[in-house]
Formats: sequence, structure tokens, C-alpha cells
Amino acid sequence: MAETTTAQKYSSKDFASDQDVRWCPGCGDYSILKQMQSTLAEAGISKEDTVFVSGIGCSSRFPYYMDTYGIHSIHGRATAVASGLKASRPDLSVWVITGDGDSLSIGGNHLIHLLRRNFDLNVLMFNNEIYGLTKGQYSPTSPKGQVTKSTPMGSLDHPFNPAALALGAQATFIARSMDRDPKHMRDVLAAANAHRGTSFIEIYQNCNVFNDGAFEVYTDKSTKADTTLILEEGKPMIFGANQDKGVRLNGLKPEVVALTDFSAEDLWIHDSKDIGKAMLLTRVFDDPHTENALPRAFGVLYQEDRFRYEDAMQAQLDRAVEIKGEGDLDKLIRGSHTWTV
Amino acid sequence: MTRVTEKKKDVTILFAGDSGDGMQLTGSLFTDTTANYGNDISTFPNFPAEIRAPQGTVAGVSGFKLHFASVDIFTPGDDVDVFIAMNAAAFKANISQLKIGGTIIANTSGFDKKNLRLAKYDDDANPLLDKSLDKFRVIEMDVSKMTREALADSGLGTKEVERCKNMYVLGFLYWMYNRSVENTERFISEKFAKKVDIRDANIKSLRAGYYFGETNETFTSRYEVESAHLQKGEYRSIMGNQAAALGVIVAAQKAKLDLFYGSYPITPASDILHELARHKNYGVKTFQAEDEIAAVCAAIGASYGGSLGVTASSGPGIALKGEAIGLAIMLEIPLLIINVQRGGPSTGLPTKTEQSDLFQAVYGRNGEAPLVVIAPKSPSDCFEAIIEAVRITVEHMVPVMFLSDGYIANGSEPWLFPKAAEIKEITPRWADPDKERTGAYLPYKRNADLVREWAVPGMKGLQHRVGGIEKENETGNISYDPNNHELMVKLRQEKVNLIAQDVPDLAIELGEDSGDILVLGWGSTYGASRTAVRELIQDGYKVSQAHFRYLNPFPKNTGELLSKFKKVMIPEINNGQLVHMINAQYKVNAQGVNKIQGMPFTSKEIKENVLSNLK
Repeated sequence: MAETTTAQKYSSKDFASDQDVRWCPGCGDYSILKQMQSTLAEAGISKEDTVFVSGIGCSSRFPYYMDTYGIHSIHGRATAVASGLKASRPDLSVWVITGDGDSLSIGGNHLIHLLRRNFDLNVLMFNNEIYGLTKGQYSPTSPKGQVTKSTPMGSLDHPFNPAALALGAQATFIARSMDRDPKHMRDVLAAANAHRGTSFIEIYQNCNVFNDGAFEVYTDKSTKADTTLILEEGKPMIFGANQDKGVRLNGLKPEVVALTDFSAEDLWIHDSKDIGKAMLLTRVFDDPHTENALPRAFGVLYQEDRFRYEDAMQAQLDRAVEIKGEGDLDKLIRGSHTWTV
Repeated sequence: MTRVTEKKKDVTILFAGDSGDGMQLTGSLFTDTTANYGNDISTFPNFPAEIRAPQGTVAGVSGFKLHFASVDIFTPGDDVDVFIAMNAAAFKANISQLKIGGTIIANTSGFDKKNLRLAKYDDDANPLLDKSLDKFRVIEMDVSKMTREALADSGLGTKEVERCKNMYVLGFLYWMYNRSVENTERFISEKFAKKVDIRDANIKSLRAGYYFGETNETFTSRYEVESAHLQKGEYRSIMGNQAAALGVIVAAQKAKLDLFYGSYPITPASDILHELARHKNYGVKTFQAEDEIAAVCAAIGASYGGSLGVTASSGPGIALKGEAIGLAIMLEIPLLIINVQRGGPSTGLPTKTEQSDLFQAVYGRNGEAPLVVIAPKSPSDCFEAIIEAVRITVEHMVPVMFLSDGYIANGSEPWLFPKAAEIKEITPRWADPDKERTGAYLPYKRNADLVREWAVPGMKGLQHRVGGIEKENETGNISYDPNNHELMVKLRQEKVNLIAQDVPDLAIELGEDSGDILVLGWGSTYGASRTAVRELIQDGYKVSQAHFRYLNPFPKNTGELLSKFKKVMIPEINNGQLVHMINAQYKVNAQGVNKIQGMPFTSKEIKENVLSNLK
């Protein structure tokens, strides 16, 4: 996050702009907007020092609804725009709002490069596994076989696993949350805000018009407890409606075990700073409908502290001044070799 | 024996060899030295796209053409006086450029059986023995052998010795043109300060070449090109890309803006990135992005944050940036886009020059997307022209395209450089957060020039949202209102049109302000046009020259100026683009003079074309 000098008291309403929110009634985006506004109010970041940058898609209307600075840019490029903004203005709190199509299809290249460069900004990737704004084509996260307008016989694409992709791109903060769990989302957003580096947050977001119920198995009360694992730092991975199941590491293989057979000490203890475990954890991507499926993990999957691009960039500028002295325009124009006529 | 020193007004030398022979360096060193003698100079490097094409083949030939004179000159010369051919392929590729009576300096070991075969000479027939060479003066030198002998006890391997042969040739030419080797020796000493054996070998080879000329009795004449009567003052030598880079740094400081340069490597624009990256102590932030789109988008992000966002590329990269440039047009923020044009379409001719992106610059985006287009006319002019481009983008809140080309980018000339204090300040239109306001902030409220304010993050109370969706007038909120869209399209166009009021009139560069033919150009055709028109005027013809710096919008007096001539002729290194724009706008029935060979015009080509229209 950006450091702020003025600790101002805000309420979440202060972050709402005067524009009518135009998402479809029942869209998961409403919840994310609300949690974002609360998070910023709690963090006490000045509105004028905050910038939302988005690409194209339903989620990308987000900046218009925030009373901060904002750019609604072009398809897939929010991450690139944000890179230039943060590089030139390290003082700002920068939030990228993007979707699964925007960030993983047309903007895939910029996303991976943003993650490896590790600018200190936050990427909220609203994943609804569908193209909503173009009215219902499959996306890079749609499960194989999904029937959509563009795939009447089912999609042939093997879907991306965004968390694993982010880790492969050397992200320094990877988290997963969902629109139907506001408190969890606020915790994750607060953790992302506190992280110094690029925070990548995948948010499962329901598109009730074109892909209703895509994540129901993780959000519905009747199934949630058995399909989700809420990660807690330093705690054993326990889940299930009766908290009677756990995830154990059998060598390098995670497996679901009954707590009647194993004790809590035998389970995988969540350590978000362990890259080895993060490789395994981000790869946990089981179809929840298969037998003995590993639960989908929510929370902070991985985090590490690594130098920020913008800091390193400034350090080079400072170093150049140290070595060569403050730039003198006449010296620059003159160059090293002249002659007089 | 007697030695004659012949006086020459101007000389054109062409160094040509394999791309590994160091011809570019040899050419630039000769340029530097001869600039010191006060000659006017113009250069033109011409090299293949392949870094090391197969050795000895015509595809791998690299050339450096250099024109220096005791009078003022504007082109790297038409026909060549002295042609240095390091091998048979270089000979084959360039012999047609040598003027009758010209001199060939041929490195005979480059004409051995192997080289003749690689250059695809029939039956390995040595062209140096051909009768057709009778019209030239041929100096055969076994440069490879003589370099080897000179460096026999240097302790260096064959490869390193081989690499010194360009210095031998250079030394010989210094003798031939009465130039001291001192300047080049200083360069070598600095460059190889840490590699003493390489340094000594190069200097030894350079001197050996010089002494060869001095002691060898076959060479009876030396040439003297006296210094030119250039305007008095302090000069340096400058290349186009370098001048553009320096200009951008100066302009940013004159506007008190941080400079952010987002770029992706592409020939022939990369040298701007290299040059800027060397000047971090001027606060220059260079960002080598993952692709062309990211480069322009990052520059847009930087401009949005209140820096001067700059991006550069060549045609193919500009095509990729198109959508983002449209965004910057909608955002109405400063953005400088540099296009160093090369042969197109598609990948085209990466290392060759062309002026074929004018339409792309003016029209090449979706929707009604006007921006300002500015073109430099010579390498040193890049400096002033790019400062003007920055002034317009910053003061008018509109993207500006700077259209250079490969010829300007890699060409060099002496530059009577200005003092920083003489360069005018640039005034950003900052919003004032402390100003009394009633109601919501209106980010798209405009001044009389239709320019909006620049409100950037951090300015308290001025929070607003911008984007690529059509905006409501003044508020900048999303609007799908039909009348509002028409109004906004017209406002963005009118804002650009009004810039014609803020730029100098089109001027007659040479000749009377009325007459039979006006030679009207833009960009790098300047020198060839000027030379051609000057000669035509001397020959008594009523011909004049005018040259555009501003290509969109055109200066406000353009129509009137053109109407004073019976005919307007427009030389362009393309298939006729400016001529199309001029005829569409001014109905003057201008006539194109076109060349599309990846090479600049010679003045002779333009002159002959104009002449055929005078008869």
C-alpha cells in the first residue's frame, strides 16, 4: 500500500461516487464494490491519493462508482496502464480492477509481466468464468465442456488455474475470495492492501445472467463447508460441516483425511510464506464434484517480500545522480565532443 | 617525386564491407574527424536487418555513405567519389553508385575465389579485372595481408587481427584527405582503455594505413576539402535518434515534468531508448515494456499521473499501439508518440527508410481520432521539432505523433547547438485544487482553445473518472446521448484544428514566393529537395521550395501559399500520401514524385523530375 500522511476518517459512503451503479440486479459485483469501499475507509487512505484502473468488461465499470481518481482503460491493458502510473507515481494507492477475460485472455501478457515486476499495487480479478459484457461466451476460466453461445457443443479449452498462473509468474501475493462472503473478502482486501508488492486477488463472482451458479458449490450453505477450505496462517487445514476433515501432506501429495484417523498435528499447517507449499496449494484445483476432491482454498495462498519495481527504478535514478551529479541541460546538449567554427 | 594536392569542393565516400567488417564505425570515425576540420557533413548508414548475415554475401553488405564539403550541403551525396569495397559482395552491391572517374579502393583479399563465389560472380570471374572498370581509378590494396603484417608481433589471434583492417583503411583515407589520425586515436584509447593489446593493435593498424599512403609512390595525389563557411559557433555531431532523445529530456525539464518513456525494442527506434537510458541522472524513467501495447499504455498511465508520457516505435509497433492512442485522444492528456518510419507494410524493410506511415499517423485509428503530426527534416532538426511536439502535447492536451524515419534516425550532421536557456518554457495546463468551485468538478470543461485542465491524482477534491467510453461534455461521465457524441467528436476535432493558430506559417525555404513550380516536402526529403531546388534556381528556373513540419493540422496559410504556383510537386519516399492529403484539402492538383526503394532521394532524381515538368 501507499503510505499516507493524512490519517483521515472516512466512512465507506465517502468512497461512493455520484454515479448510479449499472450492473445487473443480483450481480456479485455489488458486494465487491461495497467491501472495497469499506476496506479503503478502514485503511484511511486519502481519496485523492487512490486510483482505480480497469480494462474492459462488466467489472471494469468499477472505477466510475468510486469517488477516487480512476481510469477505465482499454481491453486487457489496465495492468499496463497501472504499471506506468505506479512507476511514475509511487506515492499513489493503485487498484487494478479486471475480469477473467480481461486479465487472462486479451491481457494475459501484461498480467504475467506485472506480477514478476512486483509493482506495489493490487489486482482484483473478478472471475465469473464467462464473458458477460459481450453476452455470454466462454472465458479462459470456463470449465472444459461448458456450453455457451460460442460453444454450443461445449468448450474445448482447458481452463486456466489463475492462482497457479500467478505463482508461475512469480507473484508475491496470491489470494482467493468470493463475492458471497463479505467478511472474508474484507480480510483478504486488507491483507492485500498491507502487502508491499503486487497483490493478486482472485474473487469468485457470480454472473447471475450468463453463468448463474458457477460457484454455488462453494457459496451455498449446504455444500460450502465441505468444498471450501478457509486458510488460516499457522493453523492446520481443517474443513467440513462438522470440522471433521483435514488436508494432509502425504509426501508431496495433498490428500483429504478424516480427523478420526488423524489428529490435527498430522495435517498440513498453512504457511503462506513457504514457496514449496504454495506450489502445491495453488495447484489444488479439483473438480468439487469428484470423489475425495480436495477442498478449494480461500484466503492468502502465498506471500513473499521482494523488491518493488518502482523503488528499484527510483534507486537507479538516485544512484545515477550520485555518480554523475544532477543533470545539467547544457552539458547534455553539448555532449562529449565539440568544435568551434 | 611530386605530390599534388588537389582541391575539392565536396567529396562523397562510401565505405562498404561485410556487416562484420566495422564499416559503420569506420564511417562514423571519419565523420567525427572531418567535422573537426570544419567541413559540412551529411551521412547515411545503410545496413542489413540481419545482425550477421552469411559472411561474404550480398545480403550481408553494410555501407556507410558520407558527404563532406567546403560548402553547405543537405544530403549524404548522390554519386560516390570514393568507394571502399572490402569484398566482392560489397563491390557488387554498390558499384552502380560510383561516378565515372571515381576511385575504387578494393581490398584484394576480399576478391579471392571464395569471396567471388559467395558474391555469386559467374565462374568466379574477378570484376576488378573487368574492362568496364576502365572508367574508374582502381586502387588495389591487400588490406588483410598488410594489416596482418603490421600486427605480426602484436600477439593477437587471427580473428582479432582481422578486426583491425578497417582501421588500416581509415588510416589510408586520412592520408588521402589530409586528415590527422589523432582524433581517432583518442577514440580508440578511450574505447579500449581496459584492453591494452586491442587498443595498441588498432592504433598501429590505423597508423600503418596512413604511412602506406605517405610512403607508397603509386599514390601521387591527395585531396583537400577546405572547411565550409558554416555559421560561427560551437558545433557537435549529432544523429537523429540522439537528437530526439536529448530534445525530449530538455522539453520535459522545460515543462517541469518528470519524463517517463515506455518502449519496446524495434528497429530503427531502439536507439532512442538506449540514449535515454543513459541519462537517468536527468530524472528520466525508461521502461522496457513486454510489448508495444504495454509500452504505450504505461506511458498513458504516467501521463495520467502527471508525468510526460512518451512512447516510440516504428510502423508495425505503431499499428499495435493504435487502440491505446485512441484512448489517449479520448482522455485528452499529453502523450508523445515517436514513429521512426521504416519500409512497410508488415515487417517490411526494417533497416531501410520510408515515409509510408503518414496516412497511419493521420488516419490510422478507429473512430474519429484526430491527433497532431509533426515531422523533423534532418537529424539535428529532431531536437527542435521534438521540443515543439512536446510543447503542443502538453499545452493542448492532445497526443502528438512525431514522424521521423530511418534515414534521419541514423544519419548525422554537424549541429550548431543551442544553449538550454534559449529554449522556451512549456506551460502545462494544471488544474488548481484550491480554486473556488460550486458543484462537482468538471474535468472536461475547456478554455478558449478547447483545452481541458490537467487534474492529476493527489489533487484534493478533483477526483474524477476518465475512460475510453464516450464522455458527457464537461462532466466526463459516461454518455450514450446521440447529440453529445456528435458534439464531443466535433470538439476533439476542432481542438486539433485550432492548433493551426498556434504554429508558424508554412514558409518558402528557397526561391520566390510565386513561380512555376513549388517543390513541397515533409520529413527527410528536405535535403535532397533543397539541393535540387538550389541548383534549379541557379540554372534560372522559377522554382521554389517549401517544407512542412506540421502535417496535421497544416499551417493556416498553406492553401494561399500553394495557390501562388503554377504547379506543386511533392517528393515522398512512398507511393503518394502527402500529395493525396494536399489534393483533398486544397484542390491544387499537386503532382507526386515518388520513390519506394527503401532509400532516400538523391537530389538529382528530384531535379530531373522537376525539370521534365518545366519543359
